Amino acid sequence: MLTLSRRRFLQSLGASGLVLLSQRRGRAIYSRRRVVVIGGGFGGATAARYIREVDPWIEVTLVEPNKTYITCPASNWILGGLRDLDSITLGYKGLVKSGVKIVRDTVTAIDPHRREVRLKGGAILSYNRLIVSPGIDFRWNAIEGYNAQATQLAPHAWKAGAQTTLLRNQLLAMRDGGTVIITSPPDPYRCPPGPYERASLIAYYLKVHKPKSKVIILDAKTAFTKQELFTAGWEALYGFGTDNSMIEWVSGPDGEVTAMDAKAKLAIAGPLEEKYRGDVLNVIPPQKAGSIVQIAGLTDKSGWCPVAPATSESTLQRGVHVIGDASIQDPMPKSAYAASSQAKVCADAVVALLNDRTPGEPSWINTCYSLLNPEYGISIAEVFEINNQGMIQVVPGSGGLSPMNGNRALEAAYAKSWYTNIVRDSFGL
Amino acid sequence: MTLKKTVVAACCYMLLMAEAGFAGGITGRTIGVTCSACHGPEGKSNGAIPSLYGMSAKQLESALLAFKSGKRNGTIMNRIAKGYTENEIAAVAEYFANLE
Repeated sequence: MLTLSRRRFLQSLGASGLVLLSQRRGRAIYSRRRVVVIGGGFGGATAARYIREVDPWIEVTLVEPNKTYITCPASNWILGGLRDLDSITLGYKGLVKSGVKIVRDTVTAIDPHRREVRLKGGAILSYNRLIVSPGIDFRWNAIEGYNAQATQLAPHAWKAGAQTTLLRNQLLAMRDGGTVIITSPPDPYRCPPGPYERASLIAYYLKVHKPKSKVIILDAKTAFTKQELFTAGWEALYGFGTDNSMIEWVSGPDGEVTAMDAKAKLAIAGPLEEKYRGDVLNVIPPQKAGSIVQIAGLTDKSGWCPVAPATSESTLQRGVHVIGDASIQDPMPKSAYAASSQAKVCADAVVALLNDRTPGEPSWINTCYSLLNPEYGISIAEVFEINNQGMIQVVPGSGGLSPMNGNRALEAAYAKSWYTNIVRDSFGL
Repeated sequence: MTLKKTVVAACCYMLLMAEAGFAGGITGRTIGVTCSACHGPEGKSNGAIPSLYGMSAKQLESALLAFKSGKRNGTIMNRIAKGYTENEIAAVAEYFANLE
């Protein structure tokens, strides 16, 4: 039997992360609870760090194949020449400091029944709860001709790293008077304002260095996030809507890219199969959840992962939580901020569940800043809650866009400050 | 509908609501950690975004209420503050004020 004082002590810990295995000969035998986190992006890093912060008795192992993480936020800033890649390359030192064990390996299988994760290197990790934050993968050949090989000539640059550098170098090498084509993907996809921030910052670079050049966005969508702010900014900065506009947006059926030729830098769009030839071709392909969740049976027909809103626990596999871009948590967008917010809610829920408590009521925020040039920032923000039907919704009356007459320079400064702060918050750096 | 059916339906509805609802409401900490992606961990910010760390609960609460009502104009905080009740604002103000 536990002595009263010891029991009180353990109760007073509230979140103890320990499970009583047995009580024999007057001695209690405890085992530490184990959480495995797959994926070291904003979602995975935040979840791992916050679990350790709330309950240091829980053992947290994060599995990530890469030694460093290059952030997608701020990667458009590199294309505009505002930063270099090193400045958005993060290590996992901060997580180690929080007591997270980092395993550099690739997950090959998840067994939700045995609660095990298998790694390419041969190791098997067992868990009490699993958190999966794999980000996105691309639907190759959804645009005819666009496959992994084609990315070497027509980069997507939608996972930051070598692809970002390749696109930046192509812009640097381009002649003045050249055309940059960006194909914007259908919903849902990672970073909804991303293609339009990218068009803005490429136009910014071109305006300074190659002013006879232009950017064409091919887009099957007829509307996009922060549209009125983007178009107002483009009018003010890049002559949008005039004959000399540096940005052209081809939208709706005419903008739907069906095929491409990477070598010829050619995109074919619309019912009339119009040919758009670029000097630089940036194809942002249609997307789905990262490949491990496809293998593990965590996705539905849409290619994304359905989860219970309050805990992010998969509705398809028990004991497995999915957060970030891969999960369906509408109306939250697929953004780093949303991933970090979901990770915190998930971390609290996992700690509660491992301590036999009911998870508390969640609350989320999303904020997305976009830069149109280094001194011109715009934003969208929302606060989210769970409604009476148990669904996630924007808190009525909250959220929305920057005011049309807002302070763009201040929001640009906030965008840069936001980046620094979310990196510190998520990665402990 | 008979009285019996009405009572049964009402009970089912209440059970459903209890299922979807949470006891105790949203805590100050739950809200507070969502702020830190912009304002920095524990509200300690680097750069242009103001730090929340070190402010009193009273200062934080009155600022958030002013953003919520529109009495004070921010770039983004009006849109955010409207997402919380007065009780939630008081709770998150307490959370930041009581951080060690």
